[in-house]
Order: sequence, then C-alpha cells, then structure tokens
Amino acid sequence: MAGIPHDHYEPKTGPEKWLNRRLPIIGLLYDTLMIPTPKNLNWMWIWGIVLTFCLVIQIVTGIVLAMHYTPHVTLAFASVEHIMRDVNGGHMIRYVHANGASLFFFAVYLHIFRGLYYGSYKAPREITWIIGMLIYLAMMGTAFMGYVLPWGQMSFWGATVITGLFGAIPGIGEPIQTWLLGGPAVDNATLNRFFSLHYLLPFVIAALVAVHIWAFHTTGNNNPTGVEVRRTSKQEAEKDTVPFWPYYVIKDLFALAVILAVFFAIVGFMPNYLGHPDNYIEANPLATPAHIVPEWYFLPFYAILRAFTNDVWVVQLVNFVTFGIIDAKFFGVLAMFGAIAVMALAPWLDTSSIRSGKFRPMFKWWFWLLAIDFVVLMWVGGQVPTNFTSWVSLIAATYWFAYFLVVLPLLGVIEKPAPLPATIEDDFKAHYGTPAE
Amino acid sequence: MLRKITLGAVAALALTGTAALANEGFEPTTTDVSFSFEGPFGTFDRHQLQRGLQVYTEVCSACHGMKFVPIRSLADEGGPQLPMDQVRAYAAQFDIFDPTLDDTRARTPNDTFPSSTMPNAPDLSLMAKARAGFHGPYGLGLSQLFNGIGGPEHIYSILTGFTGETKDEAGNTFYENHAFSTGWIAMPPPLSDGQVEFADGSPNDVKHMAEDVAAFLMWAAEPHMMARKQAGFVAVIFLGVLSVLLYLTNKRLWASVKGKKKHA
Repeated sequence: MAGIPHDHYEPKTGPEKWLNRRLPIIGLLYDTLMIPTPKNLNWMWIWGIVLTFCLVIQIVTGIVLAMHYTPHVTLAFASVEHIMRDVNGGHMIRYVHANGASLFFFAVYLHIFRGLYYGSYKAPREITWIIGMLIYLAMMGTAFMGYVLPWGQMSFWGATVITGLFGAIPGIGEPIQTWLLGGPAVDNATLNRFFSLHYLLPFVIAALVAVHIWAFHTTGNNNPTGVEVRRTSKQEAEKDTVPFWPYYVIKDLFALAVILAVFFAIVGFMPNYLGHPDNYIEANPLATPAHIVPEWYFLPFYAILRAFTNDVWVVQLVNFVTFGIIDAKFFGVLAMFGAIAVMALAPWLDTSSIRSGKFRPMFKWWFWLLAIDFVVLMWVGGQVPTNFTSWVSLIAATYWFAYFLVVLPLLGVIEKPAPLPATIEDDFKAHYGTPAE
Repeated sequence: MLRKITLGAVAALALTGTAALANEGFEPTTTDVSFSFEGPFGTFDRHQLQRGLQVYTEVCSACHGMKFVPIRSLADEGGPQLPMDQVRAYAAQFDIFDPTLDDTRARTPNDTFPSSTMPNAPDLSLMAKARAGFHGPYGLGLSQLFNGIGGPEHIYSILTGFTGETKDEAGNTFYENHAFSTGWIAMPPPLSDGQVEFADGSPNDVKHMAEDVAAFLMWAAEPHMMARKQAGFVAVIFLGVLSVLLYLTNKRLWASVKGKKKHA
C-alpha cells in the first residue's frame, strides 16, 4: 500500500493461502504494521498513538457510562450521581472519561502544532491534513455535546451560549437554532439528540482516523527534516527507514506509559481540576451562572469569538459595507470558524518549498510566536472581559489570522532556507553516528 | 428539642436568592483548613465523619437535604462506616412517600437522605464539589493536588464567617458573612458553641463543629475518594514500572540502529 518499497506478506502454509485468496486481511495488517517509517522521527511523533489510545478509551468508557446514564432533564443529573456512587467502579470510569477528553485535546493540539512546525500539511500530505482537521472538528462537536450530558449548570448554559452562535446567522439563524435544539430553548429534546450524536460521532471519528492513517501510509510519514524517504530501490529505502513494528511500536508505547502515569495521577488525585465546579449544581434555567466559561480546550477559539466586538473598526466597516447583515455577533462567529478554516487551508497558504521549520530560519520565530499566541488566547478566553483583556484577545486573534494569511504566503518568497541534509540516513548519522556491527 | 428550635428560627425567615444583592468590590475570603483527606495520601477520619454526620443531622438537616446520598453508604468502607443496625435505625427516623403503598413509610438504608425542607436551602449532596477554590499558583493545580479542591474550606469559612451584623432588605433579613460571594447571606448563623454534644467528648465549639461537618460533606460529595486515590496509586506505580521496562526495551531495540555518538 505504501509508496515506499518494502517486503510484502507471503502466505506460506495451506490455511494461510486459503484465507489469503478469499480475504487478504493478514497481508493488510502486515503491511500496516510493517510500514517503513523514517528512522529519524523524534518524540513529537508519538501523539498519533496517544490519540488512537484516547479514542479507544473514550469509546470503551463511554459505552459503559451509557449503560447507566439516563438522557432526560429530570433524571440525567441524578443518573450521573448514580454512576458516581452506586455503579461498581463508576466513579473511576466517569473520571477517566471526563479527563480522557482533556488528554485527547492536549494530544491533538501537540499533534497539530507538530504538523505546523514540520510542514506535515504540505504536498503530498494535504489530504491527511484535511482529514485531520475534520477529525478535530468532529472531536469538538463530540466534546461539546458530551459536556452537556451531565446536565449541570455549565452543561446547560454552555449549550445555551454555543447553540446561540447559530442564531447569529442573519435571517436563517433562528430557524437553524430551533432546529438544532429541537425547540425554542435548551430542553429535553436537546439533551436527547446530544446524547444520540455524542454516541454516534466517535464512530465517525474512528472511520476518519482509518482514512487519516490510510492517507499517510500512502504518502509515507513526514519526518523532522522534511526530506522524503528514497524510493528508487528497497535497499536505499531501508537505509532511511525502520519497520513500524517493533521500533516505533515500542517507542510509542513507552511514551504512552509515561503520559498515562501523569494522566492517572490527575484522575486519582485531582479529577475535578479541569472541570468547572458549577457543573456539580443541577441545571437551572432560571439561574444564570455569573461567569460562563467553556472547557479549557475550547478557550482559544472562544477568545477569538469574543475578540471582535462592536468597537473594532473592522467590525464597523464590515457592518457598514454589508448593510448591517454582518453584525458584531455574526462577525465573531465567522472569525471563530474562520480561525479553523485558515488552519485547514495551510497547505495552500504556505508558499515555501521547504517542509521542515528546522531549516527555515525566519519561519521558526513566527511559528513559536503562533504557539505563544495560542496559549495567550487560551488564557484570555477564560478571563472575565475587561478593557485590557479585550485588547489582548484582539491582538492575539489578529495574529492568528495574520500567521496563516500573511506570514505563511510571504515567508516562502522572502526567506532563504538553510541547507537540507541530502537523505534521512545522513541526518540520522549526524545525530547518532554509524551503528557498531 | 434543639432541632425544633433551629427549625423554628429558620422557618421564620422567608429566604430569598441572594444573587440580587451584589456588593460591589467585595472579595469573599476562604480560610485554609488542614483536613486529614488532603493530598494524594490523605484519608477520611472515620470518627470526624461520624461527628460531622451528627452535626448535619442535628443542625443542617433542619433546612437542607442530601437527596443524592443513599443512607446505606453510611456503612461503606472509606466513609463514616456505621454498623448496619445503626444505619437502619438512622434511616427509620425519616419518612418517605412511597407511591407503591400510596402512603408514607419509614426510610430504609436503600433510600436517600431527605431533600431540603426549605425551597431556598440548597441541597448539600455535592456542595463540597460545587464550591471550589484552589487553582493557583498560575492555575497549574499544584495547590489543588496538595490541598484538595477547597470546597470543604468554603463550607467551613461560611459556617465560621459570620460577623454578627444583620440587615433587612425588602422584608428579608441578611447576615453579614465574609466568606459568602456577596458578603450577605440569607442563612442565619447555624452553629453556636456547645450546640451539639458528641458522645466521645470531642470539642464542640463552632470551629470544631464546622470542620467536622465540612469533612462530612466532602465525604457526601465524593464517597469513593479513598478508593479513587488507591486506584490512582496502583495505576501510577504500575505505569511507572511499565515505563521503566519499556524504556529499557526501547533502548536495547534501537541500539542496533543507532551508533554510539550522542547528539553531535
């Protein structure tokens, strides 16, 4: 399946040949597991395995939780408490599931920024990148709907605020919002459909993950140099690569074990740290919490949503030019979705022929500024708006767009890249020398 | 008798929501208490939980309820761990309406604690988790790791935070309390020195009773805390050992691919 030449599975015994003629499943598994992988991958290439593990653990714990959960406005909160108190091991399963979402997003952000730094989105890996962005969007939808299910105060008011975003669309917004909610406000119909979709979407994600893996197994992995594996002969390819099993399986499992040790320390000793205390108060449509904040992993985009207020001249200009169709609220919504859209378009916005940021002296600075920008947006998204935080979020949101729309296209033209290593083998030898025989 | 007096005193007040009484510039203060259950190694003190149950039953339950807490969990390991016959006797004090009998009957251990009797007295089942403070320094959660979520401290601070000042607004009385979000709370000071007699002769001044009941409410909110921490230790130790083994395996595996030179 991969474009890199390597050995394929040959059925040897009778039963193997019998099966292979009917269903070449062993060959498929063999090729997937034994795929030639660049031997110079660093520790930022472990997040794919962590993410796959997260998806599996979320589905497994989620299915068990669904066995004990009741999606009804009068019973949902009590059924979560039933899980926490009466179900055998229920408190652990729920805490693993709730914190598992955080691990999932922690890993996906590092995975995405890995791709942005090493130019993993560039040709020929654009499809892998786009599928990845779709996975990320599906993850956000799943996490948002999952957070509504416990039916606490933040569940209810978070759902009210986020579905209200769709109401900002001019003209058709309110019918869309009503259609999404199944009624005029967040209520039992909303809870039921969110439960249904929260169960469905992870399997959509699983299918997208399969396509994501299929796509990069076709192009081969990127690597820290961005130099492609030599493909002219099997001998040459073998100098640049090692088979995924056992080399990267063991390496990734080691990284996964370390990450899980930290994860279980959080689950065991401070499982409510990343959650909002208000979600332990049952949803009350008559009492609005003083400060509605989304989960930490939504904060950067929540900050972009809030950054463009009525007193920003761009917003006023757009409002004027569109005869008031795009007001500040709708502008914010467009900015939030636009922030993800520009990231998805990175393969076509980046004009540099060099993949890896390692060999791009100017790009490096702009990239790290983007990483800091992301953290600043996350911080400011959780703050109560003041004059100061409005400025911070406006500047940070502007840089987010500027990076993708201005910096990436320009840098490719004005930047003089550093010399690339000729092959992956050369790069690897420069680091580790030649192996002793 | 005492319970009836408290009930009467509280029932005389028409309690209203206090959110409307925003007090500009007021910052509530929370006192840090060193509870036995804080930190990864912390455990509940069974006797403290039993005293807290007594304070809850004789004082708080006059108005507040705990509708999510099953009475039988009082006998569970890692909780107050009352003997089962005492739990049965405890449950039988409270009535419940049973739709299958179409009549009230005494509660059994499988029923939950009664709900709040006053519409404005919040349910206390999860109060210790619904009010949390400690996130610092820099929101990294280290303080939370060692000091817990701060919910029991909030409860302790409310119970001990009354200044004695009162004010009347729109026909309701409010009590000044420097731990409450707005500074003025609708709940009258519930505890007074010597109010509850502990069988074991433990100190029963307001501070000790507040600590005991705060600890009890933490248990009520998180009854499996001790099992959770134990599971945390098992997982972390197991994964730590597994990490070491995988590290060594990985090192050995890659030795034939890598040379001796390290990061030139």
